[in-house]
Amino acid sequence: MSEKQRIDEATGTSTVGHEWDGIEELNTPLPRWWLLTFYACVIWGLAYTVMYPAWPMISSATAGMTGWSSRGDLAKEMKAETERRAPILAAISAKPVEQIPGDEKLYATAVEGGRAAFKVHCVQCHGSGAAGSKGYPNLNDDDWIWGGDMATIHQTITHGIRAPEHAETRMSQMPAFGGMFKPAELSSVVAYVQSLSGSRPADAVSAAGAPLFAANCVQCHGPDGKGVRAMGGPNLTDKIWLYGGDEAAIRQTITKSRYGVMPNWNQKLDATTIKMLAAYVHSLGGGEAAAKAGVAAAAAVPAATPAAEAPASNVK
Amino acid sequence: MSSNNDLLVDSPLGVYQKRRGVFPKIVSGNFRRFKWLVMAVTLAVYYLTPWIRWDRGPYAPDQAVLVDMAHRRFYFFQIEIWPHEFYYVAGMLVMAGIGLFLVTSAVGRAWCGYACPQTVWTDLFQHVDRLIDGDRNAQIRLHNAPWSPSKIARRLLKWAIWLVIAASTGGAWIFYFSDAPTLAGQLFSGTAAGVAYSTIFVLTVTTFIFGGFMREQVCIYMCPWPRIQTAMLDERSLIVTYKDWRGEPRSRGKKQVTDDGLPAGDCIDCNQCVQVCPTGIDIRDGAQIGCITCALCIDACDKMMEQVGRPRGLIDYCTIDDAEIEKKGGTAKPILETLRHPRTLIYLGIWTSIGAAMVFTLGQRTRLDLNVQHDRNPVYVALSDGSIRNNYTVKVRNMEGRPRDVTLRIEGLKGGVAWAGEAERDGATQTVTVPVAADSVLKVRLFVAAPAEGEERDDFTISAHAANEQEKGDTDEVVFERPSGEQ
Repeated sequence: MSEKQRIDEATGTSTVGHEWDGIEELNTPLPRWWLLTFYACVIWGLAYTVMYPAWPMISSATAGMTGWSSRGDLAKEMKAETERRAPILAAISAKPVEQIPGDEKLYATAVEGGRAAFKVHCVQCHGSGAAGSKGYPNLNDDDWIWGGDMATIHQTITHGIRAPEHAETRMSQMPAFGGMFKPAELSSVVAYVQSLSGSRPADAVSAAGAPLFAANCVQCHGPDGKGVRAMGGPNLTDKIWLYGGDEAAIRQTITKSRYGVMPNWNQKLDATTIKMLAAYVHSLGGGEAAAKAGVAAAAAVPAATPAAEAPASNVK
Repeated sequence: MSSNNDLLVDSPLGVYQKRRGVFPKIVSGNFRRFKWLVMAVTLAVYYLTPWIRWDRGPYAPDQAVLVDMAHRRFYFFQIEIWPHEFYYVAGMLVMAGIGLFLVTSAVGRAWCGYACPQTVWTDLFQHVDRLIDGDRNAQIRLHNAPWSPSKIARRLLKWAIWLVIAASTGGAWIFYFSDAPTLAGQLFSGTAAGVAYSTIFVLTVTTFIFGGFMREQVCIYMCPWPRIQTAMLDERSLIVTYKDWRGEPRSRGKKQVTDDGLPAGDCIDCNQCVQVCPTGIDIRDGAQIGCITCALCIDACDKMMEQVGRPRGLIDYCTIDDAEIEKKGGTAKPILETLRHPRTLIYLGIWTSIGAAMVFTLGQRTRLDLNVQHDRNPVYVALSDGSIRNNYTVKVRNMEGRPRDVTLRIEGLKGGVAWAGEAERDGATQTVTVPVAADSVLKVRLFVAAPAEGEERDDFTISAHAANEQEKGDTDEVVFERPSGEQ
C-alpha cells in the first residue's frame, strides 16, 4: 500500500495510502511524546499492580510487594498518636487528681480528654452539654449532692452512685414515707420543704411540718435542710431540684423515694480517663476548690486560682 | 520526511512551529545600561531580602520579610499580618495587578522588557551563553557545528553554570518562608524539611528550562500577559516603533542608490535590530506579540545611525498617535503630555486610592481583638440561689509582640458578674483580667451570672482592653439568655 502513499497538496501531510471511492486518509499519527507518555503510564500501571494491592482475589486482593495497606497506614498513625499522647497521659496518671487544676497546661489537656470521654460514656444520661434532665443531675450548676471538688467528683465517677454489686459505691437511700405519714402530715412536710427554698411562704401548714422534718429528715438533709454531702443528702434550700420542686414532685419524692443510679466507671474506664472526666466535669462552671469541700487533702491543693491565672490554651 | 516537515512549517495549516534559535548579539547603549541596572536591582532584591534582619523583640522572628506559614504570620518590616487580615495581602495583589495596568497604560510593556523574572533570568542566561560560547556569530557557529569533545565540554560547562544559577534561584525562594540563617544551616547539613528540598528542586528545574531553553517561547506562547496587553495598549501607549516613513525604502549602499536617483530611506538594512533582539523578531515588521519592548534594538539602531551620520531614533519608543503626526511631518507630543492620558490617570487614581486606603486602615487597626461565642449547650444554667449563668467562650487576640494583661469587662447587664476559668463566683465583679502571651490567642471560658429576673434575651457587651494602656480595645455585643416563662 506504500506505493499509494503521497503528499496531500492542501495540507502538506502524507496520506496513509488507503483510498475508498476517492476518499483518502491523512497520516497524522499521535505525537511521539504522547505515545511515550502513554507507554510510560502502562509500565507504571503494571508496576503499580505488582507493588501495591491491586488484583481482586476471592476473599481479598493481592497484597503487593511493598506490603502497603491503608489499614496499615491507619495503624501507623494511631500508633504515632498513641505514642504522642503517652507522656501526657502518664503525667495525668502520676498526679493526684486534686492537684491537676494547679497545673494549668495539664488541667487544660485533661479537660479536653475528659470532654471526649464524656461524649462517649456520659451523654446518655447527663446530656451532650452535661445539662442533665429530670433525675439526671446538671453538672454545669453549683449544686452538688456528694460534693463538687476534684477528688469528690473523681470518687463519684470511679465508684458510681448506688451502683449495683459494687461495695465501694456511694450509697444513700431515702425511705419511702408513703405509709409512715398521714395525708395531712405528708402535706405539711411537703409545704415545709417548699418553704425551705422560698417557693412557698411559711405558714401554719408548713410550720406543722417542721417537727416532722426534724424527726425524720435531718439525719440526711441537715437540721436547716441544707443537705449533708457525706450522706448524699441533697440541699433542700436551693432552687435546684433534681426531680422537680413543685408540690406534686416533692410529694412523690417523699412518698415513694428516689433511687437514681450511676454506674461505677472503674471497671469500664482506665484510671487516667476517669481523672480526665473529673477534670472536665469540674471545669463546667460548678467545680469547687478542695478547701471549700473540707477535704483533708486540701492543704496540698493551692487555693482557687485567681481569674488572672485562668487556665486556657494559648493558641499560637 | 524532511520534505514533509518543510511543507508543514510553511503550511498555513501547521499547528506547531519549530523553535528557531535566537542568538542575540551584545549591544551597548542607554537602554542596555538601564537593563543592567534593573537586573542588578531586581536580583539583589530577590536574593538579599530574606537576609535583612529586623528586631521585633524576644517574641517574634527577627527577619524583615517572612511568610511564616507554620505560625500563620506574615512579617513585612514593622507590619505584621495575621491570617484574618489577609485582605492586606489581597489588596497588595490587587495593587500589583492594577499597577501592571498602570505601567502598561503609561509606558507600554515595560514590565515585560525590564522587570519580568522571565526577562531578567533569560538575560542573565544569555550573558552566560556569551561568556562561554562568545557572541552571536560564535554561538551560531557552535550551534551548527557537529558534536565534538570541545562542543560537549562547552555545553556541559554552560549548563553547569545555568544549573548553579537555577539552583540558587530556587534556593533563595525558600528563605522567604523560614528563618534564613537557620534554614541555610539546615539546608547544607541535610536536615531541612523535605518541602524545602522539593521546592528548590521544582524551581531549579523550571528556572533551568525556562531560562536556558524556552526563553522567548515562554513570552510568545505560554504567558497570558502579552494577550492581555494587546487589549491594554492603544494609540497613546508607548511602543517600540520602527519609523518606516523615515526608514523606507531600505537601501544597502545608500550612496549608490541615491546616485541612481532612486528614493532611499534611513534604514540601511544592517539587520542589527534583528541580531540584538532577545526574542528574535524583526521590529521593522511592526508591533507584534513577540516584542517585549526591551528597547535593545533602539540601542543597536542608534549606534548605526550615528555611524552613518543620520539622526538617532529610527527605531524609538513612540505612540501610534505620534507616529501619525510624525508621518505628516509634525513633531511628536512631549512625553508628559503622552502620560496625561485619561486611562493612565484613572488607573493611577484607583491604584493610589487602594494604596491610601490600605495605609489608612493599617494605621487604624488595633492590635487587640475580641471574639465572643455564647455557649449553646446548655444555653443557660440555673444556679442554686436562683440566678442564671451563661457561659461564653472568649478569644482574645494579642497581636503585639509582647505579653499583655487584658481586662474583659461586661457592661449593660443588670446585676451581672463575670469570672473566668477556675475562679469562683464569690467576689466576682464586672471585670476579669487575663494574661495573654505575646503574639497569640487566648481562649478563655467566661462565666456570667445575673439574677433570673429580666429579659429572656438580654443584650449586653463584653469589651477587652489592654490593662494600663491607652490603645483602643475591642467590644462585642452579646446576649444573655434566661429560661422562658414558668420553669
